[in-house]
Amino acid sequence: MRTTTRSESLPVRSSAEVVSVRHLVRKWAVEIGFTLVEQTKIVTAASELARNMVDYGRGGTMTIELLEEDVRRGLRLIFEDHGPGIADVAAAMRDGFTTGFGMGLGLGGARRLSNEFELQTAPGQGTRVAITRWRGAA
Amino acid sequence: MERIPILKMGRFLLVSIQVDMDDRTAMTLQDDLTERIVKDHAKGVLIDISSLDVVDSFIGRMLANTAAMARILDAETVVVGMQPSVAITLVELGLSLKGVRSALNIERGMELLQTMVHDESEHAHDDEE
Amino acid sequence: MPEETRTSELLRRHEQEVLSNWIRLQQQNLSLRNNLVKASDLEEQCRAFLRALLTTMEAGGGDVAGAAWSQAREILSDISRNRARQGFTPTETAMFVFSLKEPAFDVLRAEIRGDELAAAVWELTQVLDQLGLYTAETYQKGREEIINRQQQELMELSTPVVQLWRGVLALPLIGTLDSARTQVVMESLLQAIVDTGSSIAIIDITGVPVVDTLVAQHLLKTVAAARLMGADCIISGIRPQIAQTIVHLGVEINDVPTKATIADAFAVALSRIGLTVTRRAGGAEKATPPKPAATE
Repeated sequence: MRTTTRSESLPVRSSAEVVSVRHLVRKWAVEIGFTLVEQTKIVTAASELARNMVDYGRGGTMTIELLEEDVRRGLRLIFEDHGPGIADVAAAMRDGFTTGFGMGLGLGGARRLSNEFELQTAPGQGTRVAITRWRGAA
Repeated sequence: MERIPILKMGRFLLVSIQVDMDDRTAMTLQDDLTERIVKDHAKGVLIDISSLDVVDSFIGRMLANTAAMARILDAETVVVGMQPSVAITLVELGLSLKGVRSALNIERGMELLQTMVHDESEHAHDDEE
Repeated sequence: MPEETRTSELLRRHEQEVLSNWIRLQQQNLSLRNNLVKASDLEEQCRAFLRALLTTMEAGGGDVAGAAWSQAREILSDISRNRARQGFTPTETAMFVFSLKEPAFDVLRAEIRGDELAAAVWELTQVLDQLGLYTAETYQKGREEIINRQQQELMELSTPVVQLWRGVLALPLIGTLDSARTQVVMESLLQAIVDTGSSIAIIDITGVPVVDTLVAQHLLKTVAAARLMGADCIISGIRPQIAQTIVHLGVEINDVPTKATIADAFAVALSRIGLTVTRRAGGAEKATPPKPAATE
Protein backbone atom coordinates (compact mmCIF):
# COMPACT_ATOMS: atom_id res chain seq x y z
CA MET A 1 0.00 0.00 0.00
CA ARG A 2 1.45 3.30 -1.05
CA THR A 3 1.25 6.33 1.25
CA THR A 4 2.42 9.92 0.99
CA THR A 5 4.11 10.97 4.18
CA ARG A 6 5.20 14.49 3.31
CA SER A 7 4.72 16.97 0.50
CA GLU A 8 5.64 20.48 -0.59
CA SER A 9 4.50 22.69 -3.48
CA LEU A 10 6.28 25.37 -5.45
CA PRO A 11 5.13 27.78 -8.15
CA VAL A 12 7.15 27.53 -11.36
CA ARG A 13 6.67 30.50 -13.64
CA SER A 14 10.11 31.72 -14.67
CA SER A 15 13.49 30.35 -15.56
CA ALA A 16 14.83 31.54 -12.21
CA GLU A 17 12.20 29.35 -10.55
CA VAL A 18 13.40 26.39 -12.64
CA VAL A 19 16.69 26.76 -10.75
CA SER A 20 14.75 26.76 -7.46
CA VAL A 21 13.07 23.54 -8.58
CA ARG A 22 16.48 21.91 -9.07
CA HIS A 23 17.64 22.98 -5.63
CA LEU A 24 14.48 21.85 -3.87
CA VAL A 25 14.43 18.46 -5.57
CA ARG A 26 18.12 18.00 -4.78
CA LYS A 27 17.43 18.78 -1.12
CA TRP A 28 14.65 16.20 -0.91
CA ALA A 29 16.65 13.62 -2.86
CA VAL A 30 19.57 13.96 -0.45
CA GLU A 31 17.23 13.70 2.53
CA ILE A 32 15.59 10.54 1.31
CA GLY A 33 19.00 8.94 0.83
CA PHE A 34 19.29 8.71 -2.96
CA THR A 35 22.75 7.87 -4.32
CA LEU A 36 24.52 10.63 -6.24
CA VAL A 37 23.47 9.13 -9.57
CA GLU A 38 19.85 8.78 -8.43
CA GLN A 39 19.87 12.40 -7.27
CA THR A 40 21.28 13.65 -10.55
CA LYS A 41 18.72 11.72 -12.55
CA ILE A 42 15.70 13.05 -10.70
CA VAL A 43 17.01 16.61 -10.53
CA THR A 44 17.70 16.56 -14.27
CA ALA A 45 14.25 15.13 -15.02
CA ALA A 46 12.69 17.81 -12.83
CA SER A 47 14.64 20.50 -14.66
CA GLU A 48 13.32 19.23 -18.01
CA LEU A 49 9.71 19.15 -16.87
CA ALA A 50 9.89 22.48 -15.03
CA ARG A 51 11.28 24.16 -18.09
CA ASN A 52 8.58 22.63 -20.29
CA MET A 53 6.01 24.07 -17.93
CA VAL A 54 7.53 27.57 -18.14
CA ASP A 55 8.17 27.53 -21.88
CA TYR A 56 5.01 25.80 -23.11
CA GLY A 57 2.57 25.60 -20.21
CA ARG A 58 2.59 29.27 -19.29
CA GLY A 59 3.90 28.35 -15.87
CA GLY A 60 2.42 26.06 -13.24
CA THR A 61 3.06 24.29 -9.96
CA MET A 62 5.37 21.51 -8.88
CA THR A 63 4.51 19.31 -5.91
CA ILE A 64 7.05 16.99 -4.28
CA GLU A 65 5.77 13.98 -2.37
CA LEU A 66 7.64 11.52 -0.20
CA LEU A 67 6.23 8.04 -0.82
CA GLU A 68 6.37 4.90 1.28
CA GLU A 69 5.35 1.48 0.01
CA ASP A 70 6.08 -1.56 2.19
CA VAL A 71 9.79 -1.22 2.82
CA ARG A 72 10.72 1.09 -0.04
CA ARG A 73 10.80 4.87 -0.11
CA GLY A 74 10.55 7.15 -3.12
CA LEU A 75 9.97 10.66 -4.38
CA ARG A 76 7.16 11.71 -6.66
CA LEU A 77 7.17 15.01 -8.50
CA ILE A 78 3.97 16.35 -10.02
CA PHE A 79 4.09 19.15 -12.58
CA GLU A 80 0.75 20.75 -13.27
CA ASP A 81 -0.10 23.66 -15.55
CA HIS A 82 -3.23 25.22 -17.06
CA GLY A 83 -1.64 25.94 -20.39
CA PRO A 84 -2.71 24.90 -23.86
CA GLY A 85 -2.16 21.18 -23.27
CA ILE A 86 -0.48 18.82 -25.68
CA ALA A 87 -2.36 17.96 -28.84
CA ASP A 88 -0.18 15.12 -30.14
CA VAL A 89 1.19 13.17 -27.18
CA ALA A 90 2.99 10.52 -29.23
CA ALA A 91 4.89 13.16 -31.12
CA ALA A 92 5.71 15.05 -27.91
CA MET A 93 7.14 11.91 -26.33
CA ARG A 94 9.32 11.24 -29.33
CA ASP A 95 12.85 12.62 -29.07
CA GLY A 96 13.58 15.59 -31.23
CA PHE A 97 10.02 16.90 -31.21
CA THR A 98 9.59 20.54 -30.38
CA THR A 99 7.32 23.36 -31.44
CA GLY A 100 9.85 25.90 -30.34
CA PHE A 101 13.60 26.27 -30.24
CA GLY A 102 15.63 23.31 -29.18
CA MET A 103 16.06 19.56 -29.25
CA GLY A 104 12.87 18.56 -27.51
CA LEU A 105 14.09 15.84 -25.20
CA GLY A 106 12.01 16.99 -22.25
CA LEU A 107 9.19 14.47 -21.90
CA GLY A 108 10.93 11.41 -23.32
CA GLY A 109 14.07 12.19 -21.38
CA ALA A 110 12.24 12.71 -18.09
CA ARG A 111 10.52 9.37 -18.58
CA ARG A 112 13.81 7.58 -19.25
CA LEU A 113 15.29 9.09 -16.10
CA SER A 114 12.40 7.98 -13.88
CA ASN A 115 11.01 4.69 -12.60
CA GLU A 116 7.37 5.73 -13.14
CA PHE A 117 5.89 8.27 -15.51
CA GLU A 118 2.31 9.53 -15.88
CA LEU A 119 1.03 12.09 -18.34
CA GLN A 120 -2.45 13.61 -18.46
CA THR A 121 -3.15 16.28 -21.01
CA ALA A 122 -5.68 17.49 -23.56
CA PRO A 123 -5.80 20.52 -25.83
CA GLY A 124 -7.12 23.48 -23.84
CA GLN A 125 -7.07 21.52 -20.59
CA GLY A 126 -3.54 21.94 -19.36
CA THR A 127 -0.97 19.26 -18.61
CA ARG A 128 -0.11 17.13 -15.62
CA VAL A 129 3.09 15.09 -15.53
CA ALA A 130 4.06 12.92 -12.58
CA ILE A 131 7.39 11.14 -12.22
CA THR A 132 8.49 8.79 -9.46
CA ARG A 133 11.88 7.46 -8.44
CA TRP A 134 12.33 4.78 -5.80
CA ARG A 135 15.40 4.46 -3.66
CA GLY A 136 17.62 1.61 -4.76
CA ALA A 137 15.90 1.18 -8.12
CA ALA A 138 17.91 1.30 -11.36
CA MET B 1 21.51 37.17 -13.40
CA GLU B 2 25.27 36.74 -13.36
CA ARG B 3 27.67 36.98 -16.23
CA ILE B 4 30.13 34.11 -16.45
CA PRO B 5 33.71 35.45 -16.81
CA ILE B 6 35.73 34.46 -19.89
CA LEU B 7 39.53 34.36 -19.62
CA LYS B 8 41.98 34.67 -22.49
CA MET B 9 44.90 32.24 -22.39
CA GLY B 10 47.11 32.75 -25.44
CA ARG B 11 45.06 31.75 -28.46
CA PHE B 12 42.41 30.11 -26.34
CA LEU B 13 39.46 31.21 -24.25
CA LEU B 14 38.76 29.57 -20.91
CA VAL B 15 35.36 29.52 -19.23
CA SER B 16 34.78 27.96 -15.85
CA ILE B 17 31.09 27.52 -15.05
CA GLN B 18 30.78 27.58 -11.28
CA VAL B 19 27.15 28.43 -10.78
CA ASP B 20 23.84 26.74 -11.41
CA MET B 21 22.89 28.75 -14.49
CA ASP B 22 19.36 29.73 -15.34
CA ASP B 23 18.43 29.76 -19.01
CA ARG B 24 19.17 33.43 -19.50
CA THR B 25 22.66 33.19 -18.03
CA ALA B 26 23.38 30.25 -20.33
CA MET B 27 22.23 32.10 -23.45
CA THR B 28 24.24 35.16 -22.45
CA LEU B 29 27.33 32.98 -22.07
CA GLN B 30 26.79 31.55 -25.53
CA ASP B 31 26.54 35.06 -27.00
CA ASP B 32 29.54 36.34 -25.05
CA LEU B 33 31.69 33.42 -26.18
CA THR B 34 30.92 33.84 -29.86
CA GLU B 35 31.66 37.57 -29.61
CA ARG B 36 34.96 36.98 -27.82
CA ILE B 37 36.09 34.33 -30.32
CA VAL B 38 35.87 36.97 -33.03
CA LYS B 39 37.20 39.85 -30.95
CA ASP B 40 40.23 37.92 -29.62
CA HIS B 41 40.87 35.84 -32.77
CA ALA B 42 40.65 32.77 -30.56
CA LYS B 43 41.48 29.37 -32.05
CA GLY B 44 40.04 27.35 -29.22
CA VAL B 45 37.51 27.42 -26.38
CA LEU B 46 37.85 25.42 -23.17
CA ILE B 47 34.68 25.05 -21.09
CA ASP B 48 35.21 23.73 -17.59
CA ILE B 49 32.05 22.15 -16.18
CA SER B 50 33.65 20.37 -13.22
CA SER B 51 31.46 22.34 -10.81
CA LEU B 52 28.20 21.46 -12.52
CA ASP B 53 26.29 18.67 -10.82
CA VAL B 54 23.39 18.93 -13.26
CA VAL B 55 23.53 19.28 -17.03
CA ASP B 56 20.06 19.12 -18.56
CA SER B 57 19.06 19.21 -22.23
CA PHE B 58 19.07 23.02 -22.31
CA ILE B 59 22.65 23.31 -21.07
CA GLY B 60 23.63 20.38 -23.27
CA ARG B 61 22.16 22.15 -26.26
CA MET B 62 23.98 25.33 -25.29
CA LEU B 63 27.31 23.46 -25.24
CA ALA B 64 26.64 21.77 -28.58
CA ASN B 65 25.51 25.03 -30.21
CA THR B 66 28.52 26.89 -28.83
CA ALA B 67 30.84 24.29 -30.33
CA ALA B 68 29.07 24.46 -33.69
CA MET B 69 29.20 28.26 -33.80
CA ALA B 70 32.83 28.25 -32.72
CA ARG B 71 33.73 25.88 -35.54
CA ILE B 72 32.10 28.20 -38.06
CA LEU B 73 34.29 30.94 -36.59
CA ASP B 74 37.33 28.65 -37.02
CA ALA B 75 37.76 27.75 -33.36
CA GLU B 76 37.67 24.32 -31.66
CA THR B 77 35.79 23.64 -28.43
CA VAL B 78 36.66 21.20 -25.65
CA VAL B 79 34.48 20.54 -22.61
CA VAL B 80 36.32 19.34 -19.51
CA GLY B 81 35.58 17.99 -16.05
CA MET B 82 32.20 16.37 -16.56
CA GLN B 83 31.20 14.57 -13.35
CA PRO B 84 30.48 10.81 -13.63
CA SER B 85 26.86 11.07 -12.45
CA VAL B 86 26.25 13.87 -14.95
CA ALA B 87 27.75 11.74 -17.74
CA ILE B 88 25.60 8.76 -16.76
CA THR B 89 22.49 10.94 -16.68
CA LEU B 90 23.22 12.56 -20.05
CA VAL B 91 23.61 9.15 -21.67
CA GLU B 92 20.31 8.03 -20.13
CA LEU B 93 18.67 11.28 -21.24
CA GLY B 94 19.80 10.52 -24.78
CA LEU B 95 21.95 13.58 -25.30
CA SER B 96 24.98 12.77 -27.40
CA LEU B 97 26.66 16.20 -27.44
CA LYS B 98 27.83 15.46 -30.95
CA GLY B 99 30.55 17.74 -32.18
CA VAL B 100 31.75 18.49 -28.66
CA ARG B 101 35.16 17.10 -27.79
CA SER B 102 35.84 16.32 -24.16
CA ALA B 103 38.80 15.90 -21.85
CA LEU B 104 39.21 14.96 -18.20
CA ASN B 105 40.54 18.27 -16.92
CA ILE B 106 41.82 21.69 -17.93
CA GLU B 107 45.39 20.47 -18.44
CA ARG B 108 44.36 17.65 -20.77
CA GLY B 109 41.87 19.96 -22.45
CA MET B 110 44.60 22.46 -23.26
CA GLU B 111 46.80 19.68 -24.67
CA LEU B 112 43.92 18.51 -26.81
CA LEU B 113 43.25 22.01 -28.13
CA GLN B 114 46.95 22.46 -28.96
CA THR B 115 46.92 19.19 -30.90
CA MET B 116 43.73 20.04 -32.75
CA VAL B 117 44.91 23.52 -33.69
CA HIS B 118 48.39 22.29 -34.61
CA ASP B 119 47.01 19.51 -36.82
CA GLU B 120 44.84 22.02 -38.61
CA SER B 121 47.70 24.36 -39.42
CA GLU B 122 49.78 21.37 -40.60
CA HIS B 123 47.09 20.42 -43.07
CA ALA B 124 46.94 24.03 -44.21
CA HIS B 125 50.67 23.85 -45.07
CA ASP B 126 50.11 20.57 -46.94
CA ASP B 127 47.39 22.19 -49.01
CA GLU B 128 49.67 25.02 -49.97
CA GLU B 129 52.42 22.79 -51.32
CA MET C 1 -19.88 -11.23 18.86
CA PRO C 2 -20.95 -13.22 21.88
CA GLU C 3 -18.70 -16.20 21.02
CA GLU C 4 -15.55 -14.09 20.89
CA THR C 5 -16.45 -12.16 23.98
CA ARG C 6 -17.09 -15.39 25.81
CA THR C 7 -13.78 -16.83 24.63
CA SER C 8 -11.77 -13.80 25.52
CA GLU C 9 -13.56 -13.56 28.89
CA LEU C 10 -12.56 -17.11 29.74
CA LEU C 11 -8.99 -16.56 28.67
CA ARG C 12 -8.84 -13.29 30.57
CA ARG C 13 -9.89 -15.07 33.73
CA HIS C 14 -7.05 -17.55 33.30
CA GLU C 15 -4.62 -15.13 31.73
CA GLN C 16 -1.69 -15.85 34.04
CA GLU C 17 -2.08 -19.60 33.63
CA VAL C 18 -2.27 -19.40 29.84
CA LEU C 19 0.73 -17.05 29.80
CA SER C 20 3.04 -19.22 31.89
CA ASN C 21 2.07 -22.40 30.02
CA TRP C 22 2.60 -20.69 26.71
CA ILE C 23 6.03 -19.39 27.71
CA ARG C 24 7.05 -22.78 29.02
CA LEU C 25 5.95 -24.48 25.78
CA GLN C 26 7.98 -22.08 23.68
CA GLN C 27 11.04 -22.47 25.81
CA GLN C 28 10.80 -26.22 25.33
CA ASN C 29 10.51 -25.77 21.55
CA LEU C 30 13.20 -23.14 21.43
CA SER C 31 15.49 -25.19 23.64
CA LEU C 32 18.21 -25.11 21.00
CA ARG C 33 18.00 -21.36 20.66
CA ASN C 34 17.56 -20.36 24.27
CA ASN C 35 20.66 -18.27 24.18
CA LEU C 36 19.21 -16.15 21.37
CA VAL C 37 16.05 -15.09 23.12
CA LYS C 38 16.41 -13.93 26.69
CA ALA C 39 13.84 -15.35 29.09
CA SER C 40 12.82 -11.86 30.17
CA ASP C 41 12.37 -10.72 26.56
CA LEU C 42 10.24 -13.75 25.70
CA GLU C 43 8.06 -13.17 28.73
CA GLU C 44 7.57 -9.54 27.79
CA GLN C 45 6.73 -10.40 24.17
CA CYS C 46 4.21 -13.04 25.22
CA ARG C 47 2.59 -10.82 27.80
CA ALA C 48 2.26 -7.93 25.36
CA PHE C 49 0.83 -10.08 22.59
CA LEU C 50 -1.65 -11.91 24.81
CA ARG C 51 -2.86 -8.61 26.22
CA ALA C 52 -3.32 -7.12 22.73
CA LEU C 53 -5.07 -10.31 21.57
CA LEU C 54 -7.56 -10.34 24.41
CA THR C 55 -8.24 -6.60 24.29
CA THR C 56 -8.95 -6.70 20.57
CA MET C 57 -11.15 -9.79 20.87
CA GLU C 58 -13.12 -8.16 23.66
CA ALA C 59 -13.64 -5.08 21.48
CA GLY C 60 -15.16 -7.21 18.75
CA GLY C 61 -12.12 -8.39 16.78
CA GLY C 62 -13.07 -8.62 13.14
CA ASP C 63 -10.78 -9.13 10.19
CA VAL C 64 -7.17 -9.56 11.29
CA ALA C 65 -6.03 -7.15 8.56
CA GLY C 66 -8.26 -4.40 9.96
CA ALA C 67 -7.40 -1.41 12.14
CA ALA C 68 -8.55 -3.09 15.36
CA TRP C 69 -5.71 -5.60 15.16
CA SER C 70 -2.96 -3.07 14.37
CA GLN C 71 -1.38 -3.23 17.81
CA ALA C 72 -1.17 -7.03 17.72
CA ARG C 73 0.25 -6.89 14.21
CA GLU C 74 2.89 -4.37 15.26
CA ILE C 75 4.02 -6.60 18.13
CA LEU C 76 4.21 -9.58 15.79
CA SER C 77 6.09 -7.74 13.07
CA ASP C 78 8.69 -6.55 15.60
CA ILE C 79 9.16 -10.08 16.88
CA SER C 80 9.41 -11.61 13.42
CA ARG C 81 11.93 -9.01 12.21
CA ASN C 82 14.09 -9.67 15.25
CA ARG C 83 13.84 -13.43 14.84
CA ALA C 84 14.67 -13.11 11.14
CA ARG C 85 17.75 -11.12 11.98
CA GLN C 86 18.78 -13.67 14.58
CA GLY C 87 18.50 -16.50 12.06
CA PHE C 88 15.35 -18.29 13.21
CA THR C 89 13.42 -20.28 10.61
CA PRO C 90 10.00 -19.01 9.47
CA THR C 91 8.35 -21.97 11.22
CA GLU C 92 10.08 -21.28 14.51
CA THR C 93 8.96 -17.67 14.23
CA ALA C 94 5.34 -18.47 13.40
CA MET C 95 5.29 -20.98 16.24
CA PHE C 96 5.26 -17.98 18.56
CA VAL C 97 1.60 -17.57 17.64
CA PHE C 98 0.63 -21.19 16.95
CA SER C 99 1.99 -22.49 20.24
CA LEU C 100 -0.58 -20.33 22.04
CA LYS C 101 -3.33 -22.68 20.85
CA GLU C 102 -2.55 -25.55 23.25
CA PRO C 103 -2.66 -23.61 26.55
CA ALA C 104 -5.67 -21.59 25.33
CA PHE C 105 -7.64 -24.67 24.30
CA ASP C 106 -6.80 -26.33 27.63
CA VAL C 107 -8.55 -23.47 29.43
CA LEU C 108 -11.58 -23.60 27.11
CA ARG C 109 -11.88 -27.37 27.47
CA ALA C 110 -11.92 -27.04 31.26
CA GLU C 111 -14.73 -24.45 31.19
CA ILE C 112 -17.15 -25.29 28.38
CA ARG C 113 -18.55 -28.33 26.55
CA GLY C 114 -20.01 -29.64 23.31
CA ASP C 115 -21.11 -27.24 20.55
CA GLU C 116 -20.12 -24.22 22.59
CA LEU C 117 -16.57 -25.58 22.94
CA ALA C 118 -16.41 -26.41 19.24
CA ALA C 119 -17.48 -22.89 18.30
CA ALA C 120 -15.02 -21.25 20.70
CA VAL C 121 -12.12 -23.40 19.46
CA TRP C 122 -13.01 -22.59 15.86
CA GLU C 123 -13.19 -18.87 16.61
CA LEU C 124 -9.80 -18.83 18.29
CA THR C 125 -8.22 -21.06 15.64
CA GLN C 126 -9.25 -18.65 12.87
CA VAL C 127 -7.75 -15.66 14.63
CA LEU C 128 -4.51 -17.36 15.60
CA ASP C 129 -4.05 -18.94 12.17
CA GLN C 130 -4.34 -15.57 10.47
CA LEU C 131 -1.99 -13.93 12.93
CA GLY C 132 0.47 -16.80 12.55
CA LEU C 133 0.44 -16.39 8.77
CA TYR C 134 0.93 -12.65 9.17
CA THR C 135 3.99 -13.38 11.30
CA ALA C 136 5.42 -15.66 8.62
CA GLU C 137 4.85 -12.98 6.01
CA THR C 138 6.61 -10.20 7.88
CA TYR C 139 9.41 -12.64 8.60
CA GLN C 140 9.74 -13.10 4.85
CA LYS C 141 9.91 -9.35 4.25
CA GLY C 142 12.52 -9.03 6.98
CA ARG C 143 14.70 -11.67 5.33
CA GLU C 144 14.37 -9.94 1.96
CA GLU C 145 15.57 -6.67 3.45
CA ILE C 146 18.64 -8.40 4.86
CA ILE C 147 19.39 -10.20 1.62
CA ASN C 148 19.06 -7.01 -0.41
CA ARG C 149 21.39 -5.16 1.90
CA GLN C 150 23.95 -7.96 1.79
CA GLN C 151 23.78 -8.09 -1.98
CA GLN C 152 24.44 -4.39 -2.18
CA GLU C 153 27.47 -4.70 0.12
CA LEU C 154 28.78 -7.66 -1.85
CA MET C 155 28.49 -5.77 -5.10
CA GLU C 156 30.39 -2.83 -3.73
CA LEU C 157 33.17 -5.08 -2.49
CA SER C 158 33.60 -7.00 -5.72
CA THR C 159 34.19 -4.19 -8.18
CA PRO C 160 37.91 -4.13 -8.74
CA VAL C 161 39.38 -1.44 -10.96
CA VAL C 162 43.06 -1.94 -11.68
CA GLN C 163 45.57 0.63 -12.85
CA LEU C 164 47.74 -1.00 -15.51
CA TRP C 165 49.80 2.10 -16.15
CA ARG C 166 49.61 5.76 -15.45
CA GLY C 167 46.49 6.80 -17.31
CA VAL C 168 45.32 3.28 -18.20
CA LEU C 169 42.70 1.46 -16.14
CA ALA C 170 41.45 -2.10 -16.46
CA LEU C 171 38.17 -3.50 -15.20
CA PRO C 172 38.25 -7.32 -15.29
CA LEU C 173 34.66 -8.42 -14.89
CA ILE C 174 34.08 -11.87 -13.45
CA GLY C 175 30.91 -13.85 -13.02
CA THR C 176 27.35 -13.27 -14.00
CA LEU C 177 26.40 -9.69 -14.54
CA ASP C 178 22.91 -8.70 -13.60
CA SER C 179 21.52 -5.26 -14.19
CA ALA C 180 22.10 -4.01 -10.66
CA ARG C 181 25.66 -5.25 -10.38
CA THR C 182 26.60 -3.91 -13.80
CA GLN C 183 25.46 -0.45 -12.81
CA VAL C 184 27.41 -0.45 -9.57
CA VAL C 185 30.50 -1.66 -11.38
CA MET C 186 30.19 0.90 -14.13
CA GLU C 187 29.78 3.75 -11.66
CA SER C 188 32.95 2.63 -9.88
CA LEU C 189 34.82 2.61 -13.18
CA LEU C 190 33.75 6.15 -14.04
CA GLN C 191 34.69 7.38 -10.58
CA ALA C 192 38.07 5.65 -10.87
CA ILE C 193 38.64 7.43 -14.18
CA VAL C 194 38.21 10.75 -12.41
CA ASP C 195 40.22 9.76 -9.33
CA THR C 196 43.22 8.49 -11.32
CA GLY C 197 42.95 10.93 -14.22
CA SER C 198 43.01 8.02 -16.66
CA SER C 199 42.17 8.57 -20.30
CA ILE C 200 41.80 4.90 -21.24
CA ALA C 201 39.74 2.16 -19.60
CA ILE C 202 39.91 -1.47 -20.67
CA ILE C 203 36.75 -3.41 -19.84
CA ASP C 204 37.57 -7.10 -19.95
CA ILE C 205 34.69 -9.56 -20.11
CA THR C 206 36.68 -12.80 -20.45
CA GLY C 207 35.23 -13.99 -17.15
CA VAL C 208 31.63 -13.22 -18.03
CA PRO C 209 29.81 -16.34 -19.23
CA VAL C 210 26.65 -14.68 -20.52
CA VAL C 211 25.92 -11.25 -21.92
CA ASP C 212 22.28 -10.37 -22.54
CA THR C 213 20.80 -7.25 -24.12
CA LEU C 214 20.52 -5.42 -20.83
CA VAL C 215 24.13 -6.01 -19.88
CA ALA C 216 25.33 -5.14 -23.39
CA GLN C 217 23.37 -1.89 -23.21
CA HIS C 218 24.84 -1.03 -19.82
CA LEU C 219 28.32 -1.64 -21.20
CA LEU C 220 27.65 0.64 -24.14
CA LYS C 221 26.15 3.31 -21.88
CA THR C 222 29.27 3.20 -19.74
CA VAL C 223 31.47 3.60 -22.81
CA ALA C 224 29.35 6.57 -23.90
CA ALA C 225 29.52 8.14 -20.44
CA ALA C 226 33.29 7.70 -20.29
CA ARG C 227 33.59 9.36 -23.67
CA LEU C 228 31.55 12.33 -22.48
CA MET C 229 33.99 12.64 -19.62
CA GLY C 230 36.99 12.55 -21.93
CA ALA C 231 38.13 8.95 -21.59
CA ASP C 232 38.06 6.16 -24.17
CA CYS C 233 37.14 2.54 -23.53
CA ILE C 234 38.35 -0.66 -25.11
CA ILE C 235 36.35 -3.84 -24.59
CA SER C 236 38.43 -7.01 -24.47
CA GLY C 237 37.83 -10.69 -23.95
CA ILE C 238 34.81 -11.10 -26.18
CA ARG C 239 34.42 -14.81 -26.77
CA PRO C 240 32.86 -16.21 -29.95
CA GLN C 241 29.54 -17.01 -28.26
CA ILE C 242 29.25 -13.48 -26.90
CA ALA C 243 30.12 -12.01 -30.30
CA GLN C 244 27.28 -14.08 -31.76
CA THR C 245 24.86 -12.92 -29.07
CA ILE C 246 25.77 -9.29 -29.65
CA VAL C 247 25.18 -9.56 -33.40
CA HIS C 248 21.92 -11.48 -32.92
CA LEU C 249 20.64 -8.96 -30.42
CA GLY C 250 21.42 -6.20 -32.89
CA VAL C 251 23.42 -4.23 -30.33
CA GLU C 252 25.31 -1.34 -31.92
CA ILE C 253 28.86 -1.96 -30.86
CA ASN C 254 30.51 -0.66 -34.03
CA ASP C 255 32.22 2.43 -32.78
CA VAL C 256 33.67 0.81 -29.67
CA PRO C 257 37.14 -0.69 -30.16
CA THR C 258 37.29 -4.33 -29.18
CA LYS C 259 40.25 -6.64 -28.69
CA ALA C 260 40.48 -10.37 -28.03
CA THR C 261 42.63 -10.14 -24.89
CA ILE C 262 43.57 -7.64 -22.19
CA ALA C 263 47.15 -7.88 -23.47
CA ASP C 264 46.13 -6.73 -26.94
CA ALA C 265 44.00 -3.97 -25.45
CA PHE C 266 46.88 -2.85 -23.25
CA ALA C 267 49.19 -2.61 -26.27
CA VAL C 268 46.64 -0.39 -28.03
CA ALA C 269 46.20 1.71 -24.90
CA LEU C 270 49.95 2.29 -24.56
CA SER C 271 50.34 3.44 -28.14
CA ARG C 272 47.31 5.73 -27.72
CA ILE C 273 49.01 7.53 -24.87
CA GLY C 274 52.22 7.72 -26.86
CA LEU C 275 54.26 4.93 -25.35
CA THR C 276 56.00 1.92 -26.87
CA VAL C 277 57.68 -1.09 -25.31
CA THR C 278 61.28 -1.68 -26.47
CA ARG C 279 63.84 -4.35 -25.72
CA ARG C 280 66.61 -3.41 -23.29
CA ALA C 281 70.05 -3.08 -24.84
CA GLY C 282 71.50 -5.25 -22.07
CA GLY C 283 69.01 -8.09 -22.56
CA ALA C 284 66.78 -9.65 -19.92
CA GLU C 285 67.44 -8.73 -16.30
CA LYS C 286 68.76 -11.73 -14.33
CA ALA C 287 66.76 -12.61 -11.26
CA THR C 288 68.89 -12.08 -8.13
CA PRO C 289 68.89 -15.04 -5.69
CA PRO C 290 67.36 -14.23 -2.27
CA LYS C 291 69.91 -13.19 0.32
CA PRO C 292 70.56 -15.93 2.95
CA ALA C 293 68.83 -15.20 6.25
CA ALA C 294 71.13 -13.70 8.89
CA THR C 295 72.17 -16.37 11.37
CA GLU C 296 71.55 -15.68 15.04
